[in-house]
Amino acid sequence: MENLIGLLVAAPLLGAAVLLCGGRRLDRSGPWVGTLLAAVSFGLGVVLFADMLGRSGEDRTLTTTVFSWVPVGGFRADVGFQLDQLSMTFVLLITGVGTLIHLYSVGYMEHDERRRRFFGYLNLFLAAMLLLVVADNYLLLYVGWEGVGLASYLLIGFWQHKPSAATAAKKAFLVNRVGDMGLSVAIMLMFTTFGTFAFGPVLDGAEAAGEGKLTAIGLMLLLAACGKSAQVPLQSWLGDAMEGPTPVSALIHAATMVTAGVYLITRSGAVFDAAPTAQAAVVTVGAVTLLFGAIVGCAKDDIKKALAGSTMSQIGYMILAAGLGPVGYVFAIMHLVTHGFFKAGLFLGAGSVMHGMNDEVDMRRYGGLRKYMPVTFVTFGLGYLAIIGFPGLSGFFSKDKIIEAAFAKGGTEGWILGGAALLGAGITAFYMTRVMIMTFFGEPRWQPTASDSGSAAGSGAPHPHESPKTMTVPMVILAFGSVFAGGLFSINDTFLKWLEPVTGHAHGNPPVSALTVTAATMVVLVLGVALAWARYGRRPVPVTAPRGSGLTRAARRDLFQDDFNHVVLVRGGEHLTRSLVYVDHTLVDGVVNGTAASVGGLSGRMRRLQNGYARSYAVSMFGGAALLIAATLLMRAV
Amino acid sequence: MSFPLLTATAVVPAVGAVATAAVPAARRAAAKWLALGFSLATLVLAAVQLVRFDPDAAGPFQLTESHAWIKDFGVRYELGVDGIAVVLIALTALLIPFVMLAGWHDADPLEGSSPNRRWRPTQGFFALILMVEAMVVISFEATDVFLFYLFFEAMLIPMYFLIGGFGDRAGERSEEETAAQRSYAAVKFLLYNLAGGLIMMAAVIGLYAVTADQLGTGTFSLQEIVQARVDGRLELPPVTERALFLGFFFAFAVKAPLWPLHTWLPNAMGEATAPVAVLITAVVDKVGTFAMLRFCLQLFPGASKWATPVIVALALVSIVYGALLAVGQRDIKRLVAYASISHFGFIVLGIFAMTTQGQGGATLYMVNHGISTAALMLVAGFLISRRGSRLIADYGGVQKVAPVLAGTFLVGGLATLSLPGLAPFVSEFLVLVGTFSRYPAAGIIATVGIVLAALYVLVLYQRTMTGPVTEGVRGMPDLRVRELVVVAPLIALLLFLGVYPKPLTEIIDPAVGHTMSQVEKSDPKPDVPVNEAEAAK
Amino acid sequence: MNPVNYLYLAALLFTIGATGVLIRRNAIVVFMCVELMLNACNLAFVTFSRLHGNLDGQIIAFFTMVVAAAEVVIGLAIIVTIFRSRHSASVDDANLLKL
Repeated sequence: MENLIGLLVAAPLLGAAVLLCGGRRLDRSGPWVGTLLAAVSFGLGVVLFADMLGRSGEDRTLTTTVFSWVPVGGFRADVGFQLDQLSMTFVLLITGVGTLIHLYSVGYMEHDERRRRFFGYLNLFLAAMLLLVVADNYLLLYVGWEGVGLASYLLIGFWQHKPSAATAAKKAFLVNRVGDMGLSVAIMLMFTTFGTFAFGPVLDGAEAAGEGKLTAIGLMLLLAACGKSAQVPLQSWLGDAMEGPTPVSALIHAATMVTAGVYLITRSGAVFDAAPTAQAAVVTVGAVTLLFGAIVGCAKDDIKKALAGSTMSQIGYMILAAGLGPVGYVFAIMHLVTHGFFKAGLFLGAGSVMHGMNDEVDMRRYGGLRKYMPVTFVTFGLGYLAIIGFPGLSGFFSKDKIIEAAFAKGGTEGWILGGAALLGAGITAFYMTRVMIMTFFGEPRWQPTASDSGSAAGSGAPHPHESPKTMTVPMVILAFGSVFAGGLFSINDTFLKWLEPVTGHAHGNPPVSALTVTAATMVVLVLGVALAWARYGRRPVPVTAPRGSGLTRAARRDLFQDDFNHVVLVRGGEHLTRSLVYVDHTLVDGVVNGTAASVGGLSGRMRRLQNGYARSYAVSMFGGAALLIAATLLMRAV
Repeated sequence: MSFPLLTATAVVPAVGAVATAAVPAARRAAAKWLALGFSLATLVLAAVQLVRFDPDAAGPFQLTESHAWIKDFGVRYELGVDGIAVVLIALTALLIPFVMLAGWHDADPLEGSSPNRRWRPTQGFFALILMVEAMVVISFEATDVFLFYLFFEAMLIPMYFLIGGFGDRAGERSEEETAAQRSYAAVKFLLYNLAGGLIMMAAVIGLYAVTADQLGTGTFSLQEIVQARVDGRLELPPVTERALFLGFFFAFAVKAPLWPLHTWLPNAMGEATAPVAVLITAVVDKVGTFAMLRFCLQLFPGASKWATPVIVALALVSIVYGALLAVGQRDIKRLVAYASISHFGFIVLGIFAMTTQGQGGATLYMVNHGISTAALMLVAGFLISRRGSRLIADYGGVQKVAPVLAGTFLVGGLATLSLPGLAPFVSEFLVLVGTFSRYPAAGIIATVGIVLAALYVLVLYQRTMTGPVTEGVRGMPDLRVRELVVVAPLIALLLFLGVYPKPLTEIIDPAVGHTMSQVEKSDPKPDVPVNEAEAAK
Repeated sequence: MNPVNYLYLAALLFTIGATGVLIRRNAIVVFMCVELMLNACNLAFVTFSRLHGNLDGQIIAFFTMVVAAAEVVIGLAIIVTIFRSRHSASVDDANLLKL
């Protein structure tokens, strides 16, 4: 069984290698090769899952060391895998949603001449993401961590001929690198503290280390999580990442990669449990981001960017839950899984809409699409109900638990966190209703588009139509997940019992009863929906965006994060490098060239003595001889 | 007497150089193949060295050869390799054939310009490359300080002609301007390195004088001096030791190059053709960092420890400064040069962190940096040869017309920014861990370098390869077969060493352990050792 | 007669020769002044030989004569060649070797 873990990673990696090096021969069959290998990986995941179910609680963890990777002195890094319930959950989510999105892409990318490469990159992403979750030490996890960053870079910038896509890709990689710096410092700290960075010894030994060290490690891990999961202050790349093809947004920037931060924090639970300061930082980041993302999501007119804001906010919920400690780990992961279903479904729905609307992304130019795209409408609608936490659907179960756990933190802190989570739920209801209404209801506001992707029909009014089967089938399957996953997980606390051996669990005691929390959630939900309906449902939506209030304008600009980055980092950096180039040229090089020039100048002056007049040479000779004689005589005299 | 393998590895390319230079002017193609053949023969010999080298054997040096040479001054012809030298020789021998293949047409006489029948630039180009190889190999092998010094300096002569004599086609600049800048770069290279070498010569003579004074007979033999120091027969007064150390270190720091002695590198790499630039940074400069490990640390352990804080600081400045300047460059080759300065900072940092991980990582870094820079620079060279311009602004959208070229360029770039899965990641991380465990603050500052590396690589890629196809790029041909033959093995090697660096670390590790024991340093202990944690379970 | 007087004479002749070398422009005259200096030296040598009572000084004086003779041959040849090509015998006109 252990050997299958390696195969799990190897299958998509093989796909990536074949597709990227295969050449034009594979242009036609490439998409299916990629999809097949993703499916193989999913099949292996299911086999491993069945095997795991056959064993009980504590024995479910599989470990295997494939080979010794970098042995240098006391530094031992192995390529080894560890598959426990937590990893298994991720494996199924990644390969399952991954396979569906491969399938969807077969239809979505049908007309792109570089689709072979697209599938190669998708396979590469799957391999890296699987490596990330099955690694048994932090260094190997880091390999997967940067691997998904690379895949994300390649896929965001897939339409490289668009400068905006290339810039967005670069930005995503760079912001992620800042986070990666955190992870690499965390690994170094682990090495100096524990002499190793394998999960087992580090997590088991965490209590023996000083709190100061653990806090440092925790904060560095949080920095890493912020980068990958688009949390404040490293969230700015996610919105721009929507430049990538929509299946990429669904898979990488909604369902899987961006949740890697949650995985990292949950996995390192033992470190955080022993470092309260780091935990406080985690919940703060989570709470701030969940509001930040939600506010940004309210103002965006680009359907994908609105969904990206929503992703940020939902991951904020997960990070918040993970920061609560054993009370929240299970719910963080549960929300992560349900979110994986409904957010992927929503993005695929958005992609389907764009597919039918000549790649238009501005929701102000949609409207009344429910009649033209019934399947998309229904699946998107179910995803919508799930994300706002409509009772009985997935999001309801997972989000409610997180809000409850936040209140259970106790004291003022608990009220603040719980309040933020509750407020976030209301805003979620608002912006998702807004997206829903602007896209599928109301009067059609379609405009002829000058599509800049080049491939589509170009100008002319769009003729919305339902997407092909390869696209709708995955949407339907994901919609099923959005509807039922949460309920299934919650019956008998199945999910809790499944994960408990790995993450541990503690029941929190909220200051008010759980029922009150649920009721309060329902109230803000209804308020959010009603407000959105009042603003966008009753009145026609203007095609050009109104100026809006100060907050709206700020939210449209991602609350000025980018402007801040631009002024401080980009401009500042440009000035710094430019002045350094100058310094290097004039000062560092100048000192050397200056020495050379002064030697040259001196010899130039000496040269004048050589005037070519034989008699002046004779004078100097006589003078020299006289001097010598005088000196000799003088020495004699003394 | 057994077969003198080490001598043979150095003599074969030297003979090849003479043979290539002697090929008549008209038979240019034959000269190229002859030179390539000799470089491959050297590669075979280097591989034999690698196979015959036994990492677990006792004693610092293997495959040793020792003959009296200049008896009056105690100079001996002493060769020997340790784990560090043997992998660097292998790297050198490996890169030379690729350098030759990449520069296959760089020294062809221009169409219709043959001033006289005896003019043989092609022969000269390939002969000079082989000459450099021979000298680099013997520098890695020499365990006699004088012998080392001789070839360390002699290397400058062929390099000077390679930089000054061969350059890119002028492109948009005038022929005179190009020639003037090239000769400026060559002279600058020569003067910087000569200055370093002369100071080192003073230190070499000083070392002889000190040994003559204390041991009775003067010697240049590394092993003899080290042995005498261990036995307590040779005790350098701290001031003398520091002065001699600085003399050696200065020469190596110029060659390495370490900030602020780096300014010759961007000029030299910018003006030389891409293969020669690779020769400079991937092969010749490695002698500098290698010599720090072999000579500075082993001959003057006390002074090395004394100088460590300053050198670590200079290395950090190199890392950050080199990376920032790379960001600010407008010329592709100069950008790679500044990136190399940043990487050499990492190597020096690893050496002077004085930990097993740091020094092992630094050695591995020398190998990996050689391969990754070769990949990036050679592809950059192919790109430049197509457009005739080194300015980043002259490119754009190459990815659309030449996807394979863009892809290999990206892989080279990703290796330069140390992406996990590619070889440089392993070494860079080892250096960082090794540094961090002794100097946490330095480790964190160096980590900033990895973010900046991502910045300059991705900016370069974005500006040249992505976006709409620009005018000069349209119709650009993709990589040709010869060019693929150069790049593909390098990329394969980057991948292989990224996934499985163990064969190299196994060879390097004992040698690093030996060096560490010379300096009398051991790795810092973790706060919570693994055993305790396991016992607590 | 006191031999030292010959030394004074030699010094006088040498000074006259040296002054001539420095102030005259005509190459022939400069040349003759050089000869005068050489002969002043010869006189001094011979005087010393007499003073010390051995032959060393006289032998060196012969050497000097031989060298002077050779010098005259080459020197005059050069002067004549320069005069032919530059139509001047002034030493100040022959300054082509300066940088």
